[in-house]
Amino acid sequence: MSEVQMPSSLKGKAHVYGDHIDTDRIIPGKYTKTLDLSTLANHVLEDLDPSFKDKVQQGDILIAGTNFGCGSSREQAPLALKQSGVALVIAEDFARIFFRNAINIGLPVLEIGKHSIPKNAEVEVDMKAGTVTDVTSGKTYAATKLPKIMMDILNEGGLVKYLKKHGNYSLENE
Amino acid sequence: MGYTIAEKIIAKHVGHPVRAGELVVTSVDGVMATDTTAPLAIKAFKEMGGQKVFDPEKFALIIDHAAPSPNERIANLHKLMRDFAREQNSRLFEIGEGICHQVMVEEAYVKPGDIFIGADSHTPTYGALNAFACGVGSTDLAATMMTGKIWLKVPQTIRVICNGKLQEGVTAKDLILFLVGKITVSGATYKAIEFTGEAFEGLSLSSRMTIANMSSEMGAKAGIVNPTGLELDYPFEPIMADADAEYIKTYEFDVSGLEPQVSAPESPDNVHNISGYEGTKIDYAFIGTCCNGRLEDIDIAAKILKGRKIHPNVRMVIAPASKSVLLDAMKNGSMETLINAGASLITSGCGPCVGTHQGVPADGEVVISAANRNFRGRMGNPNSNIYLGAPSSVAAAALEGKIVNPKKYLV
Ligand code: SF4
Repeated sequence: MSEVQMPSSLKGKAHVYGDHIDTDRIIPGKYTKTLDLSTLANHVLEDLDPSFKDKVQQGDILIAGTNFGCGSSREQAPLALKQSGVALVIAEDFARIFFRNAINIGLPVLEIGKHSIPKNAEVEVDMKAGTVTDVTSGKTYAATKLPKIMMDILNEGGLVKYLKKHGNYSLENE
Repeated sequence: MGYTIAEKIIAKHVGHPVRAGELVVTSVDGVMATDTTAPLAIKAFKEMGGQKVFDPEKFALIIDHAAPSPNERIANLHKLMRDFAREQNSRLFEIGEGICHQVMVEEAYVKPGDIFIGADSHTPTYGALNAFACGVGSTDLAATMMTGKIWLKVPQTIRVICNGKLQEGVTAKDLILFLVGKITVSGATYKAIEFTGEAFEGLSLSSRMTIANMSSEMGAKAGIVNPTGLELDYPFEPIMADADAEYIKTYEFDVSGLEPQVSAPESPDNVHNISGYEGTKIDYAFIGTCCNGRLEDIDIAAKILKGRKIHPNVRMVIAPASKSVLLDAMKNGSMETLINAGASLITSGCGPCVGTHQGVPADGEVVISAANRNFRGRMGNPNSNIYLGAPSSVAAAALEGKIVNPKKYLV
């Protein structure tokens, strides 16, 4: 396995939002019917924070509360975030399909439980150790460990590359 | 220690007993994608090196989310799906054949005891059939198309027991709205739900689909209705939970006094007795979707609107869940009743549910819908408000121009 396509540590500006942000707010259904992924970023979080698409910079971190990505199965939701430059999404916890989709397209996601990271915080993430530090307050949060198969998929850069390489799923060493 | 329904179905597929929390790679019995998810799935399938789908008979594509195509961009995506289905010798369900979940059940792509993977979040609907069915995104689906397998964690199960019978004029939709309100939009995340108890036993397959459908609104991976009382037109072996199965949580309710429910904007779990919203003016009434676009839903609306006209300030849209539902509603006269009452009939499919076309609300307008989601912007306009209710509540609101308790028209 190629260690590690995913950066092992990451530092960036945090865009912080609340609980239960559904996929309709991440990318409205009317924009999802396309294969031109660049158009998705133009409408990312449009119904939640219309200014986000102009504020977000490559390598920024999105932080949310509980149940991030609930609603539809549209993979366009994590794709829109990834296209917009978001390098990582951190939440208290995620809706199930969004969580899988993000990993499958190679967008890292971390669950850290209840947190008090404020808007525009500078955040440092150690992907290997699974820790998230709010640099301003110095507070560190431990992320839930991903199952090995998810780490493998993420490390390959997503499920397409994983399957291209392995041809099938493997649960070895689980 | 016994096993839950989810554990038993997965065990049957992997060939050994499994417990919640275990990671498995399991074979699947059916796979489908829609025009929202298929184009990306086909792209990912090709990029993965996929050439032939694992079994052309167990794979289906459905054009339902934006059907017929509202613009040239979507028309081209539909063409990509048609070409792919032809190339794979798989079935493509054309515009107007119906909503993916309705079609998969009608055409028996999914049966009791199956594991089914659909690239749509309401795939848990097939739990009505005593199947284990999960929604996934496009890339997961592409992987399953190629391998015939999926990896998943055997979920913990929440048991929901509903005792008592629903009163006349109170429907399965009212019951599931009530449960979503109690369990909340994230109350079952990563979990399976088993719906069990007297209240479910007398329900039709259609009503069971309404129940299992909204498992998704609680974040569940799968929602399975206890098969006691399930009637199908082919023989099947029901899979029941063991009496000593282990549940992560059990809810128990007496629903014999349940009133009609509504979910107010802008989250499906913002659920209240309809009496709390009586008098709320509405502009637009919609009956359809994989939640409530079946014959019994159209029939109950027709019962309320028979010989009457909808309110002059209201427009009403009906999207039958499938062509076969439409034909049945034509044969039994319900469709004629609704059209005479002033409703507008659109192509069988998702219609305005997902905000792509065929009835986007205007700024400031209030919608009452028989669908399953009322998130801000869901129907295409973030400046409109959506109430969710039973088809009976939608029809009664269309008639009076405001939210009312539909029971007076039914009992
Ligand atoms: S009817 Fe609505 S909820 Fe059901 S599959 Fe279509 S878009 Fe999704």
